[in-house]
Amino acid sequence: METETVHITPYRAHAWVLITLLALTFLTITVTWIDLSALTVLVAMLIASVKAYIVLTYFMHLKFESSLFRVFVIMVLAIYVLVILFTLSDYLFR
Amino acid sequence: MEHRDDIGAKLGMWVFIFTEILLFGGLFLVYAIMRSAYSTEFHQAAHHLNAFIGSINTVVLLLSSATVAMSITAVQKGNNKLAVILLFITLLCAAVFMVNKYFEWGHKIHIGLYPGSDLMLTLSHGQVMFFSLYFFMTGLHMFHLVVGGIILTIVMLKVQRGTINAGHYVLLENGGLYWHLVDLIWIFLFPLLYLIT
Repeated sequence: METETVHITPYRAHAWVLITLLALTFLTITVTWIDLSALTVLVAMLIASVKAYIVLTYFMHLKFESSLFRVFVIMVLAIYVLVILFTLSDYLFR
Repeated sequence: MEHRDDIGAKLGMWVFIFTEILLFGGLFLVYAIMRSAYSTEFHQAAHHLNAFIGSINTVVLLLSSATVAMSITAVQKGNNKLAVILLFITLLCAAVFMVNKYFEWGHKIHIGLYPGSDLMLTLSHGQVMFFSLYFFMTGLHMFHLVVGGIILTIVMLKVQRGTINAGHYVLLENGGLYWHLVDLIWIFLFPLLYLIT
């Protein structure tokens, strides 16, 4: 059996990821107090995407898995973005 | 020697997670289209949601995700005892989330706001759409939370028994992946439903 190197994430790294995520949550809540009108959704989704990226990379360990996992995830997200674009283009410009 | 393929097991888990992403992705797409069609109604309806409870639940879920991730570190270091404690904290967080949801939904049902209620029939189409999506998406998310809780309970017992140990812990990793997925979905649900007022 081939030996693979196991990456052990230190507790402290997880704690920092948690603090970052909590800070972003606080940011996303406080941002809604400011009226950005049309930009509100965009900002909220931007922050949510950053949080999702952090969860996928560190908590879900993608950073330390073989690149095959990352390629799969990127492909699935790309398919989803295509589905959104096609549907929205149909709905908004028909 | 027993046959094992940890990479394969994790890849299988990811393929399952992809189907979940597309499941919720479809719902998010419905949300996006309905919101562009009924933006004012969505804003009015969102006033009925309790952003405070939503925020508490966000913090609770993030904390639970961190403890799951830490439990993997603990098992890798051979500290199963700590891993059990961390997984137990995760389950406690899940329980807090459920209790909050019970009060949140309970209040809405109490004032007559639930799918098919008389009050719901008096609302505008856009508001009905918002509450239908709210109940369906948070409901489906809650269902995932319960399933995740069951999975992590089994995992916790296995860690305690030592069946999951420093040399063999892919089940803990996969259970953790599922739990993070639950967290991931909530990261998008929370601002879209609670913070659009």
